[in-house]
Amino acid sequence: MNLLVEIGAEEIPDWMIAGALEYLGSAVGNLLKEDSLAENPAVRTDATPRRLVVRAEGIAARKPDTEERVWGPAKSAPPAAVAGFAKKQGVAPDQLEVLNDGKAEKFSYLRKVPGRPATEILAEALPQLILKTPFPKTMYWTGKGGVRFIRPIRWIVALLDNEIIPFEIAGVASGNESSGHRKLGAARFPVTYETFEEKLRDNYVILSAEERRARIRAVATKYKCDNRLLDTLVNLTEWPTPITGSFDPEFLDLPKEVLITVMRSHQKYFSVETPDGNLAPQFVAVTNTDGDPEGLIRHGNERVLKARFNDARFFWDSDQKKKLSERIADLANVTFQAKLGSYLEKTERMDQLVLTLIVHREKPGKALTEEDLREAKVRYAFGPDSPEFYAVRASRLSKTDLTTELVKEFTELQGVVGGLYARAQGEPEEVAVAIYDHYKPVSMEDSIPRSIEGQLLALADKLDTLRGCFKVGLIPSGSKDPFALRRAAQGIVKILIEGKLRLPIQTLCEGDKTLIDFLAERIRHYFREIRGFEYDEINAVLAAPWDDLLDVEERLEAIRQVRPTPNFEPLAASFKRIRNILRQAEFAGLAEPLNEKLLERGPETELYQAFEATRLACRLAPDHWTRMEHIAALRPKVDQFFDKVLVNAPDPEVRRNRLSLLHIMMAEFSTIADFSEIVTAS
Amino acid sequence: MPPATSVPSFQEIVLRLKQYWGDRGCIIQEPFDVEVGAGTMCPETFLRVLGPKPYRTAYVQPSRRPADGRYGDNPNRLYKHMQLQVILKPTPVDVIEQYMGSLEAIGIDLRKHDLKLEEDNWESPTLGAWGVGWQVMLDGLEITQFTYFQQCGGIDLELVPAEITYGLERLTAFLQGVDSVYDIEWTPGVKYRDVRYADELQYSVYNFEMADVPTLWKLFEIHEGEAKRLLELFAASKEKARFPLLAAYDHVLKCSNLFNTLDARGAISVTERVGVIARVRKQAVGAAEAWLLQQQGEVAA
Repeated sequence: MNLLVEIGAEEIPDWMIAGALEYLGSAVGNLLKEDSLAENPAVRTDATPRRLVVRAEGIAARKPDTEERVWGPAKSAPPAAVAGFAKKQGVAPDQLEVLNDGKAEKFSYLRKVPGRPATEILAEALPQLILKTPFPKTMYWTGKGGVRFIRPIRWIVALLDNEIIPFEIAGVASGNESSGHRKLGAARFPVTYETFEEKLRDNYVILSAEERRARIRAVATKYKCDNRLLDTLVNLTEWPTPITGSFDPEFLDLPKEVLITVMRSHQKYFSVETPDGNLAPQFVAVTNTDGDPEGLIRHGNERVLKARFNDARFFWDSDQKKKLSERIADLANVTFQAKLGSYLEKTERMDQLVLTLIVHREKPGKALTEEDLREAKVRYAFGPDSPEFYAVRASRLSKTDLTTELVKEFTELQGVVGGLYARAQGEPEEVAVAIYDHYKPVSMEDSIPRSIEGQLLALADKLDTLRGCFKVGLIPSGSKDPFALRRAAQGIVKILIEGKLRLPIQTLCEGDKTLIDFLAERIRHYFREIRGFEYDEINAVLAAPWDDLLDVEERLEAIRQVRPTPNFEPLAASFKRIRNILRQAEFAGLAEPLNEKLLERGPETELYQAFEATRLACRLAPDHWTRMEHIAALRPKVDQFFDKVLVNAPDPEVRRNRLSLLHIMMAEFSTIADFSEIVTAS
Repeated sequence: MPPATSVPSFQEIVLRLKQYWGDRGCIIQEPFDVEVGAGTMCPETFLRVLGPKPYRTAYVQPSRRPADGRYGDNPNRLYKHMQLQVILKPTPVDVIEQYMGSLEAIGIDLRKHDLKLEEDNWESPTLGAWGVGWQVMLDGLEITQFTYFQQCGGIDLELVPAEITYGLERLTAFLQGVDSVYDIEWTPGVKYRDVRYADELQYSVYNFEMADVPTLWKLFEIHEGEAKRLLELFAASKEKARFPLLAAYDHVLKCSNLFNTLDARGAISVTERVGVIARVRKQAVGAAEAWLLQQQGEVAA
């Protein structure tokens, strides 16, 4: 039998549709399986803004009869107990059997569980199943305490082989009537499983998202296809028809970033490019209609866009009356976060952080003093023209665009507007570019700031946000991350590695353990998802001390290279063995050095000598890869040691000395990576 | 472009919408006489949505947003704009169809235009109120805010009302095909500019340049004090049914408008801001709770 369920609702937010369908598809599939209505049900889901649809085929008419063995009292039980059990099963005592349940002889009864019609099962289960659809924000509409859904449910189609599955949600009874496009279709019309899509089409509803997508793509104008916008428009329309409009080319002297943002984010239009890659004075809007023969819709959209562009021009012009450099003090009136103060305070912290980063770069590996910072401040406050000077200047101005009309109107252009204004107001190009880029990267896919100045500024901004938020306890949990701290942390990792910046990131976290763990999580994510390193390789490296992410990267590369060589994995297995031995012996190292005299001649001494040689070779080695090769080459000596030498020697002195040898070796080579973290076959 | 003959004037649009909603059981109210930032803040909405009594009303509300003033220079932005506010409590099941009917009543043939309902939820921290809904887009222009109220004054609503708020200037500019609100024909021979330009200019000058900050603070405190005093008296009062809660609420609204003016004047620092919002909210929530209590008494009696 075929199942059709359509939940008709008022307009569902476009971005919630995919999640709802995913849930409904699997929930219906599970229901059919659990009730043995279908073995491997083929469930299809579809949606438009006003309907969520689930269809399935090959459903049994009934849940089959089954038998269930019920166990009663022991064979030795008094007759009254046996009679009681029989009565409970609704049979005479002589209809019971005595069987062994695996432990004892007991009275038992093979109860027949009659099957149920699929319609009955579905009618019972569907209301709860539907209401459990997870939406990010639900509402009630029938009154306090009423059911919750994303928007009011206005009709329900529920058919099993075209018989109505009867149930009710929020006063709406299921039936066989669907509803068409709000203006072009009929309000109610009957459907069957077979005619469903066709009837919808007759009423100006295209059920298939793919088909709606194709209709949107099929427009003569070559527009820049933004996939996220396309998805939004597919889920905002039941009968999408794209139209092309144009605007006065005189607006093209506004920055194209502003024009594109107005079109894409505010008006949900696609922008259009000329063949040579410039912005064309045109747009593509997607209507929820069957056409615009009189050009009324095009005309309306053109006027709205013109007003929007005029607004933007008005804001641009009035913003120029006050330079960015004159707006710094105004930042005292813009809140960054209640507990973390204003953007002026944030700017001051960022200024210091930019200097800190500069000094760390100038004096790698050195601890930083107040004096260093003061000196750097004096050195770079007024020039000379250098990346350092530009970065400091950019930091000072970076947040001032938050006080401009244009950013108040188009918040997503923060940074970009600052960069454009800085350029228009004669700031050095390097400063303009740094401000323009400093919110980057906004996603894993986004690129990092183009210049070193931009990278330093972006790091300072993100570090300040993270340090501040963690300090006042605003730590992301689960899906809650209102300050986008995960993105900030991911951005730091990406900038440090892809910008090839050698900076002590743990030191920069000021020893905040929670923050360092949070960053480590993003580091793992980056190396795994973007760079394809194995879990255990990353675990091994991060289990060793780390601070500079480029060094982490080099160690990972070294492991990746040495891993396929025959010595590596067996050696890793040996390290694991060493770790276990040390752990079992609760051995944490000796205060005194190793006593060479206690070493047994043969394998033990050989291992010790090999270790000393390797230690020296590692220190002299030019890179991690060579080090890793040296370490891997220890394998035969380690194997031989474990083959021939008993660590748990009867003499406690010897035993302690042996443990000490293993401990020193482990400690020496675990500074690159903790090899015992490597997952091995053996 | 719609044919010129059928284009209604500003006042004609207002009249037709009032007629339309009046025909559908709404009490046609006149604008509330204390300055507000939105029609939602009027007692006809803020207080009436509370409690179990069904209610339907529609009214035009001039809405003041001091920070939005542009000295009459900006063609699309106003210090004081006009909203047509409709409250349907509880929401009828065909509410969207009724709303679409209202657009046709003012001459929009929806078969020839593109109407979309795009998610837009509403929240007012000062009023302790929120709801979910849409912005209604007509040919790319936001013409209406549609909200299913869920909470008001921090209280879960017993009956869920639909709030339909039309931006009258935008809607009219769209219908009349003019690019500036000041070119709207208010009634034949009279432009919006003729009626409203002085308001825009003078209030911008006042709000941005001349409003005396210490005086505004003093006024804020006076109104806050009066609201607080009344709400405390209500709590102790034995004659709750005749208690002037509506007067107390007027003072809350005064506070809200003064806060907005101080904010536009740049007189509220970051650290103060959150605190001042909380002060207004406290009185607004207090008024809502007291009102509900008063209503319950009435229902019981």
